[in-house]
Amino acid sequence: MLLIACPYCGTRPELEFVYGGQAHLARPSDPAAADAQAWADFLYSRDNTRGVHAERWRHTHGCGRFFNALRDTGTDHFLATYRVGEPAPGLPQAPGATP
Amino acid sequence: MQRFSALSLLGRALGGHRGWAPQWRRATPRAAYDALIVGGGGHGLGTAYYLASEHRLGNVAVLEKGWIGGGNTGRNTTIIRSNYLFAESAALYDHALKLWEHLSQALNYNVMLSQRGVLMLAHTVHDMQVIKRHVHANRASGVDNEWLSPQQAKQFCPPLNTDDLRYPVLGAALQRRGGTARHDAVAWGYARAADSLGVDIIENCEVTGIRRDARGAVEAVETTRGVIRAPRIGVAAAGHTSTVMSMAGVRLPLESYPLQALVSEPVKPVFPCVVMSNSMHAYISQSDKGELVIGAGTDAYTSYTQRGGLHISAHALEAICELFPIFRRLRMLRNWGGIVDLSPDRSPILGKTPVPGLYVNCGWGTGGFKATPGSAHLFAWTIARDEPHPINAPFSLERFRDGNLIDEAAAAAVAH
Repeated sequence: MLLIACPYCGTRPELEFVYGGQAHLARPSDPAAADAQAWADFLYSRDNTRGVHAERWRHTHGCGRFFNALRDTGTDHFLATYRVGEPAPGLPQAPGATP
Repeated sequence: MQRFSALSLLGRALGGHRGWAPQWRRATPRAAYDALIVGGGGHGLGTAYYLASEHRLGNVAVLEKGWIGGGNTGRNTTIIRSNYLFAESAALYDHALKLWEHLSQALNYNVMLSQRGVLMLAHTVHDMQVIKRHVHANRASGVDNEWLSPQQAKQFCPPLNTDDLRYPVLGAALQRRGGTARHDAVAWGYARAADSLGVDIIENCEVTGIRRDARGAVEAVETTRGVIRAPRIGVAAAGHTSTVMSMAGVRLPLESYPLQALVSEPVKPVFPCVVMSNSMHAYISQSDKGELVIGAGTDAYTSYTQRGGLHISAHALEAICELFPIFRRLRMLRNWGGIVDLSPDRSPILGKTPVPGLYVNCGWGTGGFKATPGSAHLFAWTIARDEPHPINAPFSLERFRDGNLIDEAAAAAVAH
């Protein structure tokens, strides 16, 4: 079971949370102007990243609030959690990695 | 290829089983092929076999980053059934089931298909209504499925506890043609048959890039074993499909989750069929080795770890102990996870992509094994003719844009 650091309540077990899928997906700002493909992309298409993934969680059995997290989907290791509205924090470069 | 028969087995047995040759070649990649299949699981190997056997396209290679059958083909609970709700799905899965019924003969390899019957339990009034709707829809589209009372279910599966549990069994659907097969044998049988028709099976060869020409069509893949050119590329990479397709700039409606399974210590034959309980969320059958094969759920979050949380499998075992009190003292031998690619409507995506020459076979989610021969057969057709077969035409990528979802997710309300 994962331990997840809610930015409001602190570290709690995974069972208190509900997963909310990929974060930072913007609904089309002019819904009437968006065509079927744009809607399909917003509703259904996902990055499904293997590696660092920005995602939403909700602390359902705690404060009840949504927040965002960066997690490595290859290891399930949480790199950061942050509040909704804040940009995703930058990650320290791995030694030897190219920017 | 050394053909198997009662006579050849007897001959080898008398000779001390010496002289068996490897069942397929250890191929090294050539510079170019007519078609490439990315992913050496049952679906990919089967596709190569049908390309060679039915479409006379023998200059084909299967690229596998690990070993063949080492992904979801070797990690599933081997359940085969075709009692899906919608006509499109029932046609697809029943196409597969009809191929299963003759697969051992076609491949000259025993896939150990056992049509012992699949029982799906109803625990609530809602379950009863949903499952009866499935039964009627299946019978209308020519797929066998029947409703059993709790007494009849108990008779069909004596270890089943129907009344002394929190959610009593109120009835069940039974598909008698459903059952199990030996998962490894499916991969090995297809590999052996494809290899004998000239297909190169290349293991330890991970695709790291897809090259496209000036008009956007695929022309080659970059791999850990060099660049391989091909005008047609079929991707059957299950949970890693998003990763492979992103190399060609295609973003798919998929999310990858770990799905878990467990086996118990082996015991004598005690369990006559396959039982699935969607509401309590557990699947169980007994393998020919005697292990109970138990299916658990997916984790709540996307992941590529091939593990999954222990509380997920513990939850499945609680349900098994309720349904089958005789198994409460059994010990579990192993648990593991496979990475399944779930589509939004829980139906597969099988067809062409916006990139010319690139085809995709994905989105089978938690139930791809049962479809292996049908999926492979239809995918080969799609690649060979550059157009979908009528059976897989509804399972296009465009259905998400056009609103023609085949919403088995809403039909079953759980993973299936």
